[in-house]
Amino acid sequence: MKYLMSGNEAVARALYEAGVTFASAYPGTPSTEILESLVPYHEDMYVEWAPNEKVALEAAVGASMAGFRAVAAMKHVGLNVAADPLMTVSYTGVNGGLVIVSADDPGMHSSQNEQDNRLYARLAKIPCVEISGAREAAAAIKEAYQISESFDTPVLFRMTTRVCHSKELVEEGERVAFDPITYEKHPTKFIAAPANARKRRPLVEERVQKLVAYSETSALNTIEDNGASVGVIASGVSVHYAKEVFDEKANYLTIGLTYPLPMEKIRSFVQSVETCYVIEELEPFIEEQIRLAGIDVIGKEKIPTMGELNVDILREALFGETPTYQQAPEEFLVARPPILCSGCPHRGFFYEAKKFRDMIVTGDIGCYTLGATPPLQVSDSVVCMGASISMAHGVYASMAKNGEKKRVMAVIGDSTFLHSGMTSLLNSVYNKTPTINVILDNRITAMTGHQENPGTGYNILGEPAAEVDFEKVVRALGIEKVLTINPLKLGSVREAIKECLAFDEGPSVIITRWPCALKRYSDQDHQEFNLRLPKSQVIEDLCRGCRNCVRTGCPSIRFNKETKKASVDEITCVGCGVCRESCPFDAIVEGELR
Amino acid sequence: MTKSILFAGVGGQGILLSSKLLTAALIASGYDVKMSEVHGMAQRGGSVTTQVRFGEKVHSPIIGKGDADVLVAFEPMEAARWLDHLKPGGRIILNTGKIPSSVILSGDKDYPEGIEEYLAEHTDLLSIDAQAMAVELGNAKAMNVILLGALAKSLALEDVDWTALIRSEVRPAFYELNEKAFQMGFDL
Repeated sequence: MKYLMSGNEAVARALYEAGVTFASAYPGTPSTEILESLVPYHEDMYVEWAPNEKVALEAAVGASMAGFRAVAAMKHVGLNVAADPLMTVSYTGVNGGLVIVSADDPGMHSSQNEQDNRLYARLAKIPCVEISGAREAAAAIKEAYQISESFDTPVLFRMTTRVCHSKELVEEGERVAFDPITYEKHPTKFIAAPANARKRRPLVEERVQKLVAYSETSALNTIEDNGASVGVIASGVSVHYAKEVFDEKANYLTIGLTYPLPMEKIRSFVQSVETCYVIEELEPFIEEQIRLAGIDVIGKEKIPTMGELNVDILREALFGETPTYQQAPEEFLVARPPILCSGCPHRGFFYEAKKFRDMIVTGDIGCYTLGATPPLQVSDSVVCMGASISMAHGVYASMAKNGEKKRVMAVIGDSTFLHSGMTSLLNSVYNKTPTINVILDNRITAMTGHQENPGTGYNILGEPAAEVDFEKVVRALGIEKVLTINPLKLGSVREAIKECLAFDEGPSVIITRWPCALKRYSDQDHQEFNLRLPKSQVIEDLCRGCRNCVRTGCPSIRFNKETKKASVDEITCVGCGVCRESCPFDAIVEGELR
Repeated sequence: MTKSILFAGVGGQGILLSSKLLTAALIASGYDVKMSEVHGMAQRGGSVTTQVRFGEKVHSPIIGKGDADVLVAFEPMEAARWLDHLKPGGRIILNTGKIPSSVILSGDKDYPEGIEEYLAEHTDLLSIDAQAMAVELGNAKAMNVILLGALAKSLALEDVDWTALIRSEVRPAFYELNEKAFQMGFDL
């Protein structure tokens, strides 16, 4: 039976069919749905959210060592976090097959950079498998586990946004149970102490050579001979773009095993045509290896190394052809940037924090990254998961050394704090900088589509789970001043920041606790929070047009320039009350209950 | 010959359901179909699209400039933004209800005047006040299925069992609403 599946859904199904027993991940666009799509199979396999990608991979390494097929899935930048175990599990090898899924984001649809993670395969000297779409997932995942077990290596399975989020019809197969390998101690393999690692090191090189030989005959690399004089070597979604451009006027060598490459196959393919293009997104990963082997191809001198490719870009790059299209007049194209949602609990915090102008504010990765955009514009930086807290520490310590007593505030979400903020905070405590560290706890991992995390009280299956007590965690790290507040109450936000500014004996923590407005509330949320709130409405006669409510950046508030009055959209308002509190004239009042 | 349908709108308008139902209908009609979505940051009130391509054999999952046969625009400003992806003179099915973006809500910019008139002149435009029609049916959210009905008519997909498809995607409480909404759009 065929079903419409995204690349992520198809990979999940393939993992199930391949007899995988253990799956761990930290959510991150565009990879998130892989683990979510494994939930229906939880009776046959173990599925979990881990607090970060390093933990997810290490857990998967453990499952592999124990003799089971295992997977860890993550977005591209997640593999930076997991790079430490990755580099060494290359030396130890595996017992049960181990696949690491990396979902890259060319074009940065939802990411802070567009690194090409195929380079990790070369760095770690492990094979890299790529697919061009959902339909190829089943065969490629099964082959990846075969490779992993036959060559005693972890396998990097690299996808990209368009592969992850494009849907096509996929044939479902049956699950083939994997017989676990009986566990035995194997110290020279799994204890990567120097003496053992030195012995494993040449095995890694031998393995690459064996994989080169395998690559020449692997079913992952396929040739489509159309009897043409033009050849195209491509991988990933670029295969489809190329086929749309050249159709049957080219022969195709589709590379499914992008490291190591089948160089002899490539050599004879290139020799069989007059002109050969290498078409790949981002880095010239395939192309450079081919050129290094002394084979002449056309690639990145024409095709961009930045951003996604598409059919238009290829046509223009290769043939100077541009499509015919019409364009609307410039004045119609008013920007529509993403914004914090109506009733977002982060809004009240940022609205008040903005008033403390003489502060440097370091931001982090999540919905609250939008605290850096108009009209809130509070955060000064966003780098990577957890960086807010460590950067705030660095800003303070260096400026203080230079005689500047600037106050610094770090802003981080609940899930991001648990991912990699705790060690950063420990540094601020240990090295004693009076930074103000704000944990915006909206009771869920919101940005990636509402995943549970160790702070929410539920696991990936929706079962009750141990719930982190943020206040206890930060106290245990050595924080003396901790304030937990309701961010919808602007007065509490203001007082909390003032109190922390007055405290300079070490770092302080403010925890803002209110659930995401889009969250499907748990019973516990209903017990803890009063979520049936009165919607806001403006009494026009009292509105003086000061625009304070507009400056909260709420999409439910509209300002009429002619009448100089604000109004609240009753359909989208969720009654958070931040606009009411922002109004100095009491012109916004409580209306009907939500 | 591959055909391309571009759905454009604002995060939260129900674009995904419309494109999912269309995709299911195209599969039922025997086409090869690819559908591409946007996830993550843009969904927070930003400009979003889903892309559906179908034919005997579809390669690229994404639509290029001047490539879409039909642009289903859930909002006028988004119709203008994605006009460059429509074939010159191609079909636009437009929901006329306006959703001002943050810079308009704040009074910093005005909602642009004259989009509908411009599109009527330069494209094969079908304007629908789907929002008002949906409110008439009792639920503003059914707007997406009204637009889908109009699209189904445009693509001559009348032989598809739409009732069954709708019932496979929405909860029973919303069967009647969505079936009526679809018919309303189809009968335009």
